[in-house]
Amino acid sequence: MIDALAGVLIIPAAAAVLLAVLPGYRLTARLNVLAALLTFVTASSLFFVHPESGAYLLVDDLNKVFIVLTTFVGFTTSVFSASYIGHEIEIGRLTPRFVRFYHAMYQVLMFAMNLALVANNIGLMWVAIEMATLTTVLMVGIYRTHEALEAAWKYFILGSVGIALALFGTILIYMAARPVIGEGADAMVWSTLMSHAAQFDPALLNVAFIFLLLGYGTKVGLAPLHAWLPDAHAEGPTPISAVLSGLLLNVALYALLRFKMLLALNPEAIAPGPLMVIMGLISCLFAAFMLYRRRDIKRMFAYSSIEHMGIIVFAFGMGGALANFAGLLHMTMHSLTKSAIFFAVGHIAQVKGTQKIADMGGLTVSNPVLGWGLVLGVVAIAGLPPLGIFMSEFLVLSSTFAREPWLAIILALGILVALGGLFLRLNTIAFGAPRGPTAKAEASYVPMFTHLALVFMAGIYMPAPLVKGFENVARLLG
Amino acid sequence: MLRGNLSFDVAHLLAGSLVLVSFMQLYQDRLYALLNIYALHALVLAASVGWQAFVQDAPHLYVTAVIALVFKAIVIPAALHRIIVRLGIHREIETVVGAGPTMLLGMGLVALSMVVMLRVTAEADPLAREDLAFALSVVLLGLLMMVTRRNAVSQVVGFMSLENGLVLAATGAKGMPLVVEISVAFSVLIAFIVVGIFLFRIRERFDTVDIQALDRFRGERQ
Repeated sequence: MIDALAGVLIIPAAAAVLLAVLPGYRLTARLNVLAALLTFVTASSLFFVHPESGAYLLVDDLNKVFIVLTTFVGFTTSVFSASYIGHEIEIGRLTPRFVRFYHAMYQVLMFAMNLALVANNIGLMWVAIEMATLTTVLMVGIYRTHEALEAAWKYFILGSVGIALALFGTILIYMAARPVIGEGADAMVWSTLMSHAAQFDPALLNVAFIFLLLGYGTKVGLAPLHAWLPDAHAEGPTPISAVLSGLLLNVALYALLRFKMLLALNPEAIAPGPLMVIMGLISCLFAAFMLYRRRDIKRMFAYSSIEHMGIIVFAFGMGGALANFAGLLHMTMHSLTKSAIFFAVGHIAQVKGTQKIADMGGLTVSNPVLGWGLVLGVVAIAGLPPLGIFMSEFLVLSSTFAREPWLAIILALGILVALGGLFLRLNTIAFGAPRGPTAKAEASYVPMFTHLALVFMAGIYMPAPLVKGFENVARLLG
Repeated sequence: MLRGNLSFDVAHLLAGSLVLVSFMQLYQDRLYALLNIYALHALVLAASVGWQAFVQDAPHLYVTAVIALVFKAIVIPAALHRIIVRLGIHREIETVVGAGPTMLLGMGLVALSMVVMLRVTAEADPLAREDLAFALSVVLLGLLMMVTRRNAVSQVVGFMSLENGLVLAATGAKGMPLVVEISVAFSVLIAFIVVGIFLFRIRERFDTVDIQALDRFRGERQ
């Protein structure tokens, strides 16, 4: 019998094959949505059925949260993507052949991300993240313009270096585990590693973690390894920007968290927390200041993603039940909000025919639904009450204040600076006299407002089972 | 005992040679020469992996050795050679940093990896330790090469030699499951496809593979 765990892998894999051979964008776009929906439903069923973890696949409270979030945003993005790609074909920016390729790649990406999340083997997880990287490289370059090629090339080179460092770290973990667990595949299985971690050689674990932090940290987009991120976000198709920001960064973060848990089990190894705190703070501050000089709208939100990943890594680095809870909540809220923003930005860029902030203005007047959607999204991402991100940022800050007031002040500075930068630009984009073309957008607003509604709800009321689930995971993370 | 010493010495020799060849790559200023040295790099890697397969009595490692020999030492250099001919870019490579400073930096990196790896693996068996230290050196030298070159082809060569270092590390870790070997071969394959596509597209769009030319089109410069 095929259980739900295998389902989240088989559905996208089968869909990828199907989409690669089927012609016609209308049909394939719908199929893409359908496959993403099925994957999401299957993933949600993980809360009710409890498949056995095997030697290769693993399901526990931690990755359940990630899988459901990934498949949900994957689904809504596929809905957005259907209308976005339709417009791109109309204006001739993409040819049908590329669209077929795009849809197949979208499902391959979903497959790779799900595989990375459910893999019970550090080698398998590495392969999956590598695969996800390569798929997105191909998608970023799909427009074949100068900028897209440069972005894809940069992403490819930096991503490969990151992934190479991560492999070296993975090998070192195996080296550390081998004397205790013995040779062979067992020494790479998460569940076995976790139960024996206390006896591993701490020195090897330390070095391994440095490599893993740098390697997977590149994929998370932590400064100073973030250089690929703004370009990749700005030049690829917007649905891919949404998936990159909303999901792929999380998947890399998930890998990092797993290794952090492993290290935490060994009393003599270094505490991974402070390293993550430092990198998180640097990313947050750096990205916040970088927001001020942005002229390209997608690039601006890419920097905002770096800022938020910084906050999330910071929260997980601080550790403890409360900070971990805040980190998880922030990650979820950021995924939802940022992809909603990219949904809006995608349609805005299509209406205006440009991504330059200077050439767009007065959106709330010319395209009220899009404009106000964007305003709402930016208000949410900047962390204003009563939306979800306010909640999570408040939790991060207050839990930090109790322990390390200075760090909390630095983090608060970063958040405030970012808020200023975002609103400065939002003012140009959303208000004032309309600039540029003011055609009506043929947009699907449902995904965007679904996300925003969820974020809004989380800021006011969080259902008890959700809170309990998050608390559970936060405890797991240590 | 003799067998033990011999196996150690040969493995040591081969891994050391790999580091040496990495150094040779650093100062090549012509693309053809660079490709030849890369082929040598892959050849040494193949020998090293083959020796590990023999010593560890791990037949699956022979597969990795053959991949290194056929794919990395012959197919890729030949293909890149053709690309270079087609593009007509067989002139000098412009390095960002000169050969002298690069070599010095490289020596520093090797020293660093020795210090780090030998210290932390004090309790591991000697062969694995030395292999790991050499492997890290090769990885770091590959990285160095990638940052000191701005030609797309030589960056790719840097990346591939970095990957060779990873293979060395993976084979040095005794009994590492097949997953990794497959994955490494897999990634090389994909990397090659991607690179192929990229070079093709870059030619299509720019008529140059100089990364500097790409920089001009950066999103935010007006």
